[in-house]
Amino acid sequence: MDKGMEEAGNLMSAMVQESKAAYDIIRERFGEAVSEFDANPTMPFFEVIDNARWGDIALFMRDNPRLKFNYMACLSGVDYLAEGKLGIVCNFESIGNFTHRIAVKVKCQRDGGSIPSVSCVWHTANWHEREAYDMYGMVFDGHPDLRRILCPEDWTGFPLRKDYQVQETYHGIKVPY
Amino acid sequence: MQELGKAEVNSTRITRQDDNRVIIEKDLDTEYMVLSMGPQHPSTHGVLRLECVTDGEVVVEAEPYLGYLHRCFEKYCENVDYPGIVPYTDRLDYLAGINNELAYCITVEKLLDIEIPRRVEFIRVITAELNRIASHLVAIGTYGIDLGAFTPFLFCFRDREIILGLLEWISGARMLYHYVWIGGLSYDVPADFRKRVSEFVSYFKPKVVELRQLLTENEIFVKRTKGVGIMPADVAINYGWSGPMLRGSGVKWDLRRDDPYSIYPELQFDVPVPDGKFSDVGDCLSRHLVRALEMDESLKIIEQCLDKMPEVDGFNSRALIPKRIRPKAGEVYGRAENPRGELGFYIQSDGKSTKPLRCKARSSCFVNLSAMKDLSKGQLIPDLVAIIGSIDIVLGEVDR
Repeated sequence: MDKGMEEAGNLMSAMVQESKAAYDIIRERFGEAVSEFDANPTMPFFEVIDNARWGDIALFMRDNPRLKFNYMACLSGVDYLAEGKLGIVCNFESIGNFTHRIAVKVKCQRDGGSIPSVSCVWHTANWHEREAYDMYGMVFDGHPDLRRILCPEDWTGFPLRKDYQVQETYHGIKVPY
Repeated sequence: MQELGKAEVNSTRITRQDDNRVIIEKDLDTEYMVLSMGPQHPSTHGVLRLECVTDGEVVVEAEPYLGYLHRCFEKYCENVDYPGIVPYTDRLDYLAGINNELAYCITVEKLLDIEIPRRVEFIRVITAELNRIASHLVAIGTYGIDLGAFTPFLFCFRDREIILGLLEWISGARMLYHYVWIGGLSYDVPADFRKRVSEFVSYFKPKVVELRQLLTENEIFVKRTKGVGIMPADVAINYGWSGPMLRGSGVKWDLRRDDPYSIYPELQFDVPVPDGKFSDVGDCLSRHLVRALEMDESLKIIEQCLDKMPEVDGFNSRALIPKRIRPKAGEVYGRAENPRGELGFYIQSDGKSTKPLRCKARSSCFVNLSAMKDLSKGQLIPDLVAIIGSIDIVLGEVDR
């Protein structure tokens, strides 16, 4: 084994090593559909490359007896303006089974892109995905109730996009001031 | 009487009576009524609107509508620098400002990788636990009001006033403190802090017992809450519940113990979960019970911290605060145990700017409330009030 890599492995904290072990199980099952593991010391993650398989990966992560990621702590929408993409970052952990944690990133095209919904796998994703849609405008395929949640229903634009321009008026009320 | 047939449309029933008369009954369905509860309603704890479809007294479905208090916290996070965000976090869950600041600061500190003075850690934990008690007092008091008990509310607010007085004395503000800073504190505590806090602890201990006798063991209160709105443990986890809500369902999960931060690993405290003797595990009473028992644990934590807190001559709580906060490129998800559950921050830094690229607040109330639709099915309207009260939402945090 490459000595440099071995040293990098030793430098990984126990938390990152646990995440790596969990990642290896997912990689073994899904192969090229997921990216390489990113040993970020504060939030180790991997990326889903084949978006169509995100639902399967989610179900596998929740139900596999060696993974049991039964708790989705957070789902955040992100705007990758430079790449021309939108994405989500999900943080998972396993309550009552294991101590491992991992984050998963899924990206889609900025215009008309979509990500499969995982709200049937974790109920908590329902409102989180609605929020991400509300703020960034990516569509979640298969979501049971994809409506705006925090902004008014007739609001135009997606406020958290980096190139968002606020509307001039809303029902005759001047918006920017 | 013999039933001859039923039609699905308009729910028609055709029956033959004993004297051979055939009777056709049409429109047997009772009409559903849509009842809009809130946004201005005392039992929705703020500006939450529930659109309830009711069949008589029974709720068929209740759909929450949020956003009346939405101010896009995450957008202005992208437009102010890291220390500038701290006062805004106070306004998330405005009943537990210090806990919010702590959650945000430890997240940024993870990204910065800096050392925090030990005395600062102790002061942070003491103030956070004081704030937790104050927050639980509001939760318990207003829950009593929801169910028609007015006196416990006054008892709770009397004691909460003392905590707010203490925190005002320390930080200068009653609710929106801006006390915990990234890498330190805005001020060191005043000279006889230890004395006054331990006075409060010894004053408050019997009050917890009093409150338990007055409210928790009150027969009317128990009848209104026991067995109402039961949430099984696995569903609660799937819904992402955290804090007293999850523990009310019998899951021993507390971030102070399971993902420890600050000096919590050095402290001894229990994580109370209902055992099913006094309440049915997962019902409204269990959730109330967890909050009531947690106040005792917070007192224990405060006592230990007061004993262990190091005294430093000429201590400057701002000494180790970096002059310019510009974390290296990276991302982090950090969280802390708030009175209402897990408050998490997902922060992305590009390494060049003093402002975060993305700062998402994962609010506990928002996630806890998302189970409302399932929890309310088939409940009576007065029980719906009991359920909302037991979720203990703060709309400032739900709507962000």
